[in-house]
Amino acid sequence: MNTELLGVVATYLLTLVIAIPLGKYLAKMFAGEKTWTDFLRPLENGIYKISGINPKEQMDWKQSMKALLTVNSVWLVYGFFVLLYQDKLPLNPDGNPGMTPDLSFNTVISFVVNCNLQHYSGESGVSYFTQHFVLMFLHFTSAATGIASAVVFFKAFRDKTTSSLGNFWEYFVKSITRLLLPLSLLMAIILAFNGTPTSYEARDQYISLQGDTVNVSRGPAAGMIAIKHLGTNGGGWFGVNSAHPLENPSYVTNTVELIAQMIIPIAMVLAFGYFIRRKKLAWTIFGVMTIGMFLLLIPTISSELGGNPAIAKMGISQTAGAMEGKEVRFGPAISAYWSTVTTIVSTGSVNSMHDSTMPLTGLWQLLAMMVNSFYGGCGVGILNYFIYLIIAVFISGLMVGRTPEFLGHKVEAREVKIAAVITLLSPFLILTGTGIASFVFTNFGDADWTVKPANWLNNPGFHGFSEMLYEMTSSNANNGSGYEGLGDNNIFWNISTGLVMILGRFLPIIGPVAIAGLLASKKFIPESAGTLKADTMTFALMTFAVIVVLNALSYFPALALGPLAEYFTLLH
Amino acid sequence: MKKYIIQSIRLTLVLMILLCVIYPLIVAFAGGFSKGNGGGEKVTKDGKVVGYARLGQSFTSPGYFWGRPSAVGYNAAGSAGSNKGPSNPDYLKDVASRIDTLLKYHPYAKRSDIPADLVTASGSGLDPNISVEGAKLQVKRIAEYRKLDEKTVSDLVEKNTTKPLFGLFGPSLVNLLGLNLSLDEVRIGNRE
Amino acid sequence: MENRERRIENREQAGGISFLYHSLFSILHFLFSIPHSPPQFSISNKQMKTQSNKLFEAALVQTALKQSFVKLDPRVMIKNPVMFTVEIGTLIMAYVTVYSFGHTGQGSATYNFFIFLILLLTVLFANFAEAIAEARGKAQADSLRKTREETPAKVLVNGRIETRSSSQLKKGDMFVCEAGDTIPTDGEIIEGIATIDESAITGESAPVIRESGGDKSSVTGGTKVLSDHIKVQVSTQPGESFLDKMIALVEGASRQKTPNEIALTILLASFTLVFIIVCVTLKPFADYANTPITIAALISLFVCLIPTTIGGLLSAIGIAGMDRALRANVITKSGKAVETAGDIDVLLLDKTGTITIGNRKATNFYPTTGGIIKKFTDACVLSSLSDDTPEGKSIIELAKLKGETNISAAPAGSAFIRFTAETRSSGIDTPDGRRIRKGAFDSIRNIVQKAGNVFPADIEEQVKKISSNGGTPLVVSENEKALGVIELQDIIKPGISERFDRLRKMGVKTVMVTGDNPLTAKYIAQKAGVDDFIAEAKPEDKMNYIKDEQAEGKLVAMMGDGTNDAPALAQADVGVAMNSGTQAAKEAGNMVDLDNDPTKLIEIVEIGKQLLITRGTLTTFSIANDVAKYFAIVPALFIASIPALQSLNIMNLHSPESAIMSAIIFNAIIIPILIPLALRGVAYKPIGASALLRRNLFIYGIGGVIAPFIGIKLIDLVVGLIV
Repeated sequence: MNTELLGVVATYLLTLVIAIPLGKYLAKMFAGEKTWTDFLRPLENGIYKISGINPKEQMDWKQSMKALLTVNSVWLVYGFFVLLYQDKLPLNPDGNPGMTPDLSFNTVISFVVNCNLQHYSGESGVSYFTQHFVLMFLHFTSAATGIASAVVFFKAFRDKTTSSLGNFWEYFVKSITRLLLPLSLLMAIILAFNGTPTSYEARDQYISLQGDTVNVSRGPAAGMIAIKHLGTNGGGWFGVNSAHPLENPSYVTNTVELIAQMIIPIAMVLAFGYFIRRKKLAWTIFGVMTIGMFLLLIPTISSELGGNPAIAKMGISQTAGAMEGKEVRFGPAISAYWSTVTTIVSTGSVNSMHDSTMPLTGLWQLLAMMVNSFYGGCGVGILNYFIYLIIAVFISGLMVGRTPEFLGHKVEAREVKIAAVITLLSPFLILTGTGIASFVFTNFGDADWTVKPANWLNNPGFHGFSEMLYEMTSSNANNGSGYEGLGDNNIFWNISTGLVMILGRFLPIIGPVAIAGLLASKKFIPESAGTLKADTMTFALMTFAVIVVLNALSYFPALALGPLAEYFTLLH
Repeated sequence: MKKYIIQSIRLTLVLMILLCVIYPLIVAFAGGFSKGNGGGEKVTKDGKVVGYARLGQSFTSPGYFWGRPSAVGYNAAGSAGSNKGPSNPDYLKDVASRIDTLLKYHPYAKRSDIPADLVTASGSGLDPNISVEGAKLQVKRIAEYRKLDEKTVSDLVEKNTTKPLFGLFGPSLVNLLGLNLSLDEVRIGNRE
Repeated sequence: MENRERRIENREQAGGISFLYHSLFSILHFLFSIPHSPPQFSISNKQMKTQSNKLFEAALVQTALKQSFVKLDPRVMIKNPVMFTVEIGTLIMAYVTVYSFGHTGQGSATYNFFIFLILLLTVLFANFAEAIAEARGKAQADSLRKTREETPAKVLVNGRIETRSSSQLKKGDMFVCEAGDTIPTDGEIIEGIATIDESAITGESAPVIRESGGDKSSVTGGTKVLSDHIKVQVSTQPGESFLDKMIALVEGASRQKTPNEIALTILLASFTLVFIIVCVTLKPFADYANTPITIAALISLFVCLIPTTIGGLLSAIGIAGMDRALRANVITKSGKAVETAGDIDVLLLDKTGTITIGNRKATNFYPTTGGIIKKFTDACVLSSLSDDTPEGKSIIELAKLKGETNISAAPAGSAFIRFTAETRSSGIDTPDGRRIRKGAFDSIRNIVQKAGNVFPADIEEQVKKISSNGGTPLVVSENEKALGVIELQDIIKPGISERFDRLRKMGVKTVMVTGDNPLTAKYIAQKAGVDDFIAEAKPEDKMNYIKDEQAEGKLVAMMGDGTNDAPALAQADVGVAMNSGTQAAKEAGNMVDLDNDPTKLIEIVEIGKQLLITRGTLTTFSIANDVAKYFAIVPALFIASIPALQSLNIMNLHSPESAIMSAIIFNAIIIPILIPLALRGVAYKPIGASALLRRNLFIYGIGGVIAPFIGIKLIDLVVGLIV
């Protein structure tokens, strides 16, 4: 095995080494058991006191979701106006302008929903103030929102029958104080000592070796880069995200950033098992997710290492693999791994340009975001997975001749209805969004807009279609990566993806939490030999089949016209 | 509902102090002890800053090792990749002409000696590295231009090559700025 | 019976059609080995005696065919969202066909017409599935009802007897029946006792005794009085008997979707919506790719993708479930009850008649210490010679088996002493002066002690021992001296413990309810393999037991017949009342068993499970089919403008037109091919939930992926010749 592949294997193994104990810790910590981080309690009590929160107050699922929606609305309003008027606010050493209303609309939604689509460029589109007080702040809070929702969901299955699902605020605050903040601090310092800037100094200028005058954008980036990965946010300091040599200076930082974005999603899955005292269930879910990841990862690596067939025809050496849009210090193997990781866990940060990846890589990236639950985003990954699981529970429950039940609670029409709506939502948002975009592009290409629709696409043909499909898929998955060739900073894309993002975020959180809340309030049925257990290999296989079939059926035509058509055409 | 709104606003404010003031200040303080004191590690020549250690810069003169094509001309205030799709005909034309250019300047080289990184744009447009093959391709050209023997240039390449992490993980690569700086030093040395 | 003759006739008429279906089915069976044998019931083989097992009878097929068209009414169709969208698609195709006569751009009119035709067939097939299920259920219920219609009833009006038609009887009316009369309608005996032939309903030829006042006071319309005279009060309004209710359920007027059916319909509707989105958005996608897509192709893709297979068969499966219950001679009051039966966790069974055959058998002779075995055995035999009860007969059998006796007839001039409730013993007085008595321990002890004799302690001990082993002791005395004890044992039904094993594997806990003392009960419970027992059970014990189990979240089923069972029947999630039981019991339960067979509960559980399994597996099959259909249609749509997509045409289908046509033909004919499976149900195997899931996932999931690849390719080979 060459050193590049070895690097991939080592990174994944290191990820597990950290994520597994982290999962145990999270379960204990959220359950309120004794942990070594209890020394932070005074800090939390201070926060509760100032905020007027009583962390002992029990909420049901509706109250939890109300609290979630309220605080998220506050951030939306706050962030929208601050981004709009950032030019009039302090800490703007580069003198960057305020955002247009549509860009501000898109950006604030994008960061509140943990998507980080970034239709602006970090160097010129935001100030140090907004990078910190809007974007980085939302990095923390959006991740904590996802984690806290997942804990509310966990709580529903911890006891046999209950309607009190703990205190949303408590989970939210503890997600920050006991998980995100300490890990970010540690990681930011590692990054700082490996070349990522931390100071508030403004743009620099130097004269290069051959005499060019070069401007250098800088800024206190390390702190933001740490949380953007830990919180699976992905919104970077610089325009090209973690491909930027200051945002991701070396192979070491690359490894750290890769590990950082995976540990919480994996840990949350395992924490679920420890929290509800069903370790085997969590490991089964983890198994399905891992298999899913490898099924995406292996062909991705293979397709990138294979290089571009059109360039291969030109006779040059592609021994390393496809290099367009990639950095030499990472190489195609770990870049392919990154592209899989960032699309499965919905980080959306990139260390290579996805628009330039091979057609099949694009297919796997798209599929990863369509599934959106192979580990998935911070907290929300397991919630997304739960929807597939409920459908699997329902169909397989029927197949074994028993009214479907999950963990001792009957799954009935109301739960199936919610799961059905959430299942429906993704194809609806992705396909309708892409459909409208295609329609506008085809029929109103010359419309007199700021950016003519005809000029949206950086690449013609099937790849151009993929650019639009990718943008909508990424928005719906709250992923945030993009085929950046798409001219997306204009009213059409800012508004449409804004709407897709906001719907693609909150409904898939509320849905599973509602199902869990409803199930938790139902009578607990003890297991019998006729009960279908959710922690068996067979059921895992069933869930996996549901995930694959649902996504394949929903997206096959779109994928056939995008990456598949490009792949086969490139091949012939 | 009203209770939640008030709690939300107060919570937002207190977390802002923690996350947007205290946290980055601690990081900035710690970063002050790093190379470049948190402002990015700089490279100087004769006491003058000639670049950032981590950032690639444009090398077009024949006496320097060339870097990778950049979609932004190595503008460190506006990073970007080309975002060209693999099947884009214009893009493939660009690649073909880059190959032709390289072949023109390296008449001794076969097509298969050209590594992909030299004809494809990097992700950031600021890639500070090229592959070892990419450097090897240019050794003869540099040696001829600078009138050095190939061995000297090869040794410099070797010196500026970063091996995989612990010799095990990741690619080997050449630091372009370092390599070109050391080229200049050799030349100065020769003159003296 | 008239009915049976008609059916035989039908069978011959239906030969052609059913041969077709059966051969189609055997192809399918061959393809993915779907078990289609009816469920195997090992104990009661009575059911299906009176019913034909044929799936398609000419008369029913005819009715169903007609109904298939009647059901095209959109107001009816909208209840089934999946098929409703197909109907809309059909209408659009009808328009496109007409349009394409005068216009270009939408393909040829002939081609469009064929697509229209196949879509119409798809809808009709689905309607036919529902209609045939309804027709079968109705025919089944009708044949039961027929027997009780238009029977003359001798109604008591002010003390006089008037003859009226049974259809005019109202609840509360009184009528009388004598030997030879057919009972005109359901009622309760308020005076008298009679032997009744219930074979018309149950298929069981042995007459039963019904009498006023007890738990056996109910009579059913259509049964025949064989002896004696009874006075009966009508218990139901005309048209409101259980059977009438059931017919209404089957016919659909009052059929309500069961909870699981509702949930599944929602899921299928959401899948349908997903595919509406997929197909609608495909239009702008194709425009982007400069690929014109005809309406025919889009609608074909849509119809192929939506789960028409399960959508078309869903209601048929539900009706067939009730129908299967009816074939097992169980009348259900709602479809939900059948479905709930599949979820049962706890089954309460009466000991007598369910776990043990009603009669005890002699298993051992224990003479008193020092007694001669031969003498004792002879005494036992003599005392039992005139005893016609099964117990008595079994004593003689045992004695012969042991070879300890040579008595085969009573000495001439012997006087037999019959069993009475007061003496609780029976026996014989022989001419040579032997007075042999056989009876319960305390009654014989009384006789012995009254005569001043000592009752041997070893016999008393033996009696206790037998009791604790679950047996019944009978003490025999001669001339007021105790000779020894006969041990009678409850005989556990052969095969019953296997059935309980089967239930255990299904996850159902069995509980034996008995009046026996705890010792006996425990012994029998162990021997029969039930999981728990309620000994010395009083009616309220059953009730409490049910409530306790339900409090733990379990679903409980029980069977009962008496009025004092009624509260428990009502409390149980599935309460099966015996048809012979009281009206109160029948009202309280949600099923009535016409056979009065307590083991029926086991079958009902299996029917309930089958119902769910059939729905689940066909849903899986339906969705799995889509994979192949995509590979048929998507390349066909785009090959013209994107030749590279030929690589996706892995089936190597003849042309885009034939590919689309083959896919929708397959989509249509799979519905009638699966009708037999929907009606008979997918077999339930008690092999544990995970193993069952594995099995069904393999057959219907993997089979569902593979079958259409083969089917579409085969159809394409044929269609390719024409198109």
